[in-house]
Amino acid sequence: MIWRVEVRDKKGVFDALGESVKKDILDLGISSVSKVEVSQVYLLDGQISELQVVKICQELLVDQIVQDYYHTPQQTLLIAPAQPNLRIVEIAYNPGVMDPVEESTLKGIRDLGIETVSSIRTSKKYLIYGKLSDQEFNMVVDKILSNKLIQHVVDHENLSGKKRAQDTETDAQKNAPLKIVLVNITKASDKELLSLSQQGQLFLNLEEMKAIQKYFKKEGRDPTDCELETIAQTWSEHCCHKTFRGDIRYHTYEKGKKRSKKISNLLKSTIIKATKEINKSWCVSVFHDNAGVIKFDDDSNVCFKVETHNHPSALEPFGGANTGIGGVIRDTLGTGLGAKPICNTDIFCFGRPEVDFQDLPAGTLHPGRVMKGVISGVRDYGNKMGIPTANGAIVFDSGFIGNPLVFCGNVGLIPKDKVNKTVHKGDWIMVVGGRTGRDGIHGATFSSGELTDESEVISCAAVQIGNPIQEKKVTDALMKARDQGLYSAITDCGAGGLSSAVGEMGQDLGCRVDLEKVPVKYQGLNYHEIWISESQERMVLAVHPDSCAKLLEVFASENVEATVIGEFTDTKRLELFYEGCQVGNIAMEFLHHGIPKITKEAVFAAPKLKAPRVVCPRNLTEKLLEVLSHYNVCSKEWVIRQYDHEVQGSSVLKPLVGVHGDAPSDAAVLRPKLNLSKGIAVSNGINIRFGMIDPFWMAASCIDEAIRQIIVVGGNLDQIAILDNFCWGNPDKPDRLGRLVRAAQGCYQTAVGYQVPFISGKDSLYNEYTLKQSGNGKHKKKNRKGSQSLAIPGTLLISAIGIIEDIHRVVSMDFKRPGNSIYILGETFDELGGSIYLDTYGLLGNTVAQVDTKSGTKIFRQLSEAIQKGLIASAHDCSEGGLAVTLAEMAWGGDLGITVLLDKVPYRVRRDGAVSEKASKRNDTILFSESNSRFVVEVPPEAKQEFEKILKGAACAEIGRVEESPEFIIYGLNEEICINAYIGDLKEAWKKTLAFA
Amino acid sequence: MSTDVKVAILRTAGTNCDQETKFAFEDLGARADLVHIKQLILNKYNLEDYHILAIPGGFSYGDDIASGKILANELRLSLSDAIKRFVEQGKLIIGICNGFQILAKSGILPGWDFNPHHFSQDITLTTNDSCKFEDRWIHLEHAPNSSCVWTRGIVQPIFLPVAHGEGKFVPRDQDVLNKLKSKNQVVFRYCSPSGLPTRYPENPNGSSEDIAGICDETGRVFGLMPHPERHFLLTQHPFWTRLKKKDRYGDGAKIFRNGINYIRKNL
Repeated sequence: MIWRVEVRDKKGVFDALGESVKKDILDLGISSVSKVEVSQVYLLDGQISELQVVKICQELLVDQIVQDYYHTPQQTLLIAPAQPNLRIVEIAYNPGVMDPVEESTLKGIRDLGIETVSSIRTSKKYLIYGKLSDQEFNMVVDKILSNKLIQHVVDHENLSGKKRAQDTETDAQKNAPLKIVLVNITKASDKELLSLSQQGQLFLNLEEMKAIQKYFKKEGRDPTDCELETIAQTWSEHCCHKTFRGDIRYHTYEKGKKRSKKISNLLKSTIIKATKEINKSWCVSVFHDNAGVIKFDDDSNVCFKVETHNHPSALEPFGGANTGIGGVIRDTLGTGLGAKPICNTDIFCFGRPEVDFQDLPAGTLHPGRVMKGVISGVRDYGNKMGIPTANGAIVFDSGFIGNPLVFCGNVGLIPKDKVNKTVHKGDWIMVVGGRTGRDGIHGATFSSGELTDESEVISCAAVQIGNPIQEKKVTDALMKARDQGLYSAITDCGAGGLSSAVGEMGQDLGCRVDLEKVPVKYQGLNYHEIWISESQERMVLAVHPDSCAKLLEVFASENVEATVIGEFTDTKRLELFYEGCQVGNIAMEFLHHGIPKITKEAVFAAPKLKAPRVVCPRNLTEKLLEVLSHYNVCSKEWVIRQYDHEVQGSSVLKPLVGVHGDAPSDAAVLRPKLNLSKGIAVSNGINIRFGMIDPFWMAASCIDEAIRQIIVVGGNLDQIAILDNFCWGNPDKPDRLGRLVRAAQGCYQTAVGYQVPFISGKDSLYNEYTLKQSGNGKHKKKNRKGSQSLAIPGTLLISAIGIIEDIHRVVSMDFKRPGNSIYILGETFDELGGSIYLDTYGLLGNTVAQVDTKSGTKIFRQLSEAIQKGLIASAHDCSEGGLAVTLAEMAWGGDLGITVLLDKVPYRVRRDGAVSEKASKRNDTILFSESNSRFVVEVPPEAKQEFEKILKGAACAEIGRVEESPEFIIYGLNEEICINAYIGDLKEAWKKTLAFA
Repeated sequence: MSTDVKVAILRTAGTNCDQETKFAFEDLGARADLVHIKQLILNKYNLEDYHILAIPGGFSYGDDIASGKILANELRLSLSDAIKRFVEQGKLIIGICNGFQILAKSGILPGWDFNPHHFSQDITLTTNDSCKFEDRWIHLEHAPNSSCVWTRGIVQPIFLPVAHGEGKFVPRDQDVLNKLKSKNQVVFRYCSPSGLPTRYPENPNGSSEDIAGICDETGRVFGLMPHPERHFLLTQHPFWTRLKKKDRYGDGAKIFRNGINYIRKNL
């Protein structure tokens, strides 16, 4: 029998959740709601007495200080008669969607000595008071309370007495005999091959389908569904990066002349090539494990990986981001023999939150909702795992409306003798952690295609919710087992599930798996679902049979399930069985190397952009306020404070610093071992608007930004490593691919120029949103085929990690003392192209910031030396918003004023710049140009002499002084004041944009 | 002076501030073990062997249902005798953040009638008024008449971070609040930097009378929402780069030192 329990806040208790829902409704533009009440609903199924239900309520489900409850058998639930001005709606998870509360609630009930509750479902009931039209009510349900991919509105009238759909299906399937499905491919025509790929959501092209056909013709049989899925997953863009590793014919146009060249393996000829040439001895493992590994100290290494989870986050922001962070943490756990996760970094790209619902393309979620969902998803997983989220960034641009980008990164600490793994013949294959369900099927192939407005219908199984506590348990158990040397290899179950993890571990030897041994969440999964399911929180281990008992004991002590599912062989084949029947048998060679090499076309022509025409205002105070409140400059405190950035006690420089803890820091600095003075610095560089002008200089600028943020806190150019993450549109379209090639070339040249190696990277392509059906928005501009494709702006994220020798020497960015001198390091150029300043005029410009690694290197080294000698009181890099924003942030960070003279700032035009120095040297250019390799530093009077000695010959100048009075005064080139503001007003402008409170 | 102060740091699924709490105790010369609750229940470890029980921060069992609730029940139903004995022997308990939520929801705090068979709860820590998790630094005023042994000698307001979504202190009623005050069980209140009563964000969650931490009648069982182990070292301070003081330790170290010294002196 099913008991229903509803728990709600007592009268008079402040209903925080209800209030926050009410605010969200108001944000939709519906102001007629006076109150929202929320009840938590539990459905307890099992042989339990009413007395037991009451005990469960009073001792477990209800906090009687602040909550009331109501219980009733579900069958006798009275459906309240409709009342005017009150809407009641109940939202529950769809069958098959993991609800983490179920498992822990069952445990809580068993702890009370009640063993007869067999299952629990939860839901939320909302009482919305106020006058709402049906349309408004539906909007509230769809846009705020639920996501139909994972949730549904409970229909009480049709529910009572009926079994849930999934249970019925389960019963039917439980008794069905095993049926092996063969896919007729050997005799298929080209047209049939393509339709097979489409219908099966394989996302394989004709050439690839033909290679598969050829292989199975040779084998003399048709493949099983399971084999075909395994190949599709292994060959997916997501898993094997065929664009980056394939051939490209690259055509460029310069001054009307076309040049063509062939690029064989873009990755090896740019990113990896740079690392090889730079050849740093402290690079321990690059580009082959789940994360890149560098030396930390004599005992340990650190590893770093950044992943994206864009497609799932577009459809279900909370779940997408949640499982994104969960996935990248497993990359750390699966590096070497397992690293301990010590830091998260999260970078997001969203559409601008002020966009109207009417202007959204059909099938897309509102950027405000995407943002809130993604941030909650990261908060939930990161905080519950106990990993500090210490660094991040958010970029807003209308180009991300159909395709938000979610980059999740994780840093791990690993003993240096645990970096290598080897799979041996005869090792058992063990799966540990969560159980396998029907969730996430087709995730790898799904993320290798474009999104359409039908994606939310056909790809719903690819969306999941994570269970961070499960992953925390797995982590705790793994660290123990690792230190006892109980397994010989490990990898994570990510995209492609067991298929990918086991297939990869066994690629040199071969393996055999008995699929019925895999623990499942519910009966009724067929063999191929078990094999490709992407259920979260699972890892695969290779375990010597002698260690198995001890290993199981360790996992049991942390209440984590661990199961032997097969063994590694020496057949060089992937052999799959289900209850004794063979359901797969593929040569590893074909699986991992049989993919036909593709040649793609790429074209790059520099866009023809006009020089902007802006008259420099005499007074730039208003402009500075506008730049400070720009979405891509403004305070992200609302987000940062929701993340636990201090757990593990390791934080040395937090994301927010200064007297009032509200000024933005550069790189985050952490101390992974609390008893040592050695630390790491983590930063990122991202700038999409530069890429709209030239992807080459975007790449160079991102690298420069990531590096200089580490230098400025006290890092050293000789101990910095970087990661690349490309998120791009469809690479089958030559213009998209051309820009990608150009960006990769920028990466190569700049990394080599700075001698900073790449250690890991990832790409996410096909970030386009295709409207197939008729949309209803203004965006609908159909092309000839009747569909319209929205590509994201080509986006490169560079993440950097640096070793800090002595954390006691780090420098923060807040001004420290009145009377200290302010210097600028590095030259300012006429580089307003892609700047925030021009964006406030709605302009892009054309003179994008370039990078001169030779002069950059010199400045980086000089600044490092000055910091190590203790000559610098504060230092901050110049990035979005230029010099003006840097000075403003430093000023309110220290609660101090400044006087600065612009005519002291070293300024030059680039040789290929279109404008003369005389014409371009203006107050606004100097204040807002976003030239690279620049810093503002504060030097106390007693240190000036030594500081200037170190900086001798560099582009460096004293430009002003820190003042006691909280006034921000800048004298322009003509020696008239061009900015005059109170720092409090500047800070207010910076804070208000995203102050969601 | 005995140097062998032994601390059990309680762990379960979702505990996550155990390592830094262990570091704090060990750095000051105590010995600390991470002890999974399962090992206590199965008698593989014994509370008798320890002087201090620390329940660290985290999200025990995901904080599903309500923060700390499931572990609170587990402690009450499986270990209450051992815990009662532990306190009666004059030993110490500290619950930080999730640990405080667990002490409150099991009835170990305020501890007036802690009883495994008759469940009663006098106080709770519930959803922040802001309805969101927040990590921020706050000032704490030490209640002048507090009987807590963990906080002796703290006079000036101290500066610690909070990081929680459910930290709003709510007593069952006014009587409970009066009783806490009259028995000198209120230990810390959120305050302005100069020590005055305050509101959001200095009171980060809407706690009744700004209460951030309380103790039991003996003063030996102490629960607080802020994290002393996260301001144990000076370099954890959000603007330590501005400070003249170059001491190794931060404000939170006093609390751990008090606990260890109490055991050394009294046991």
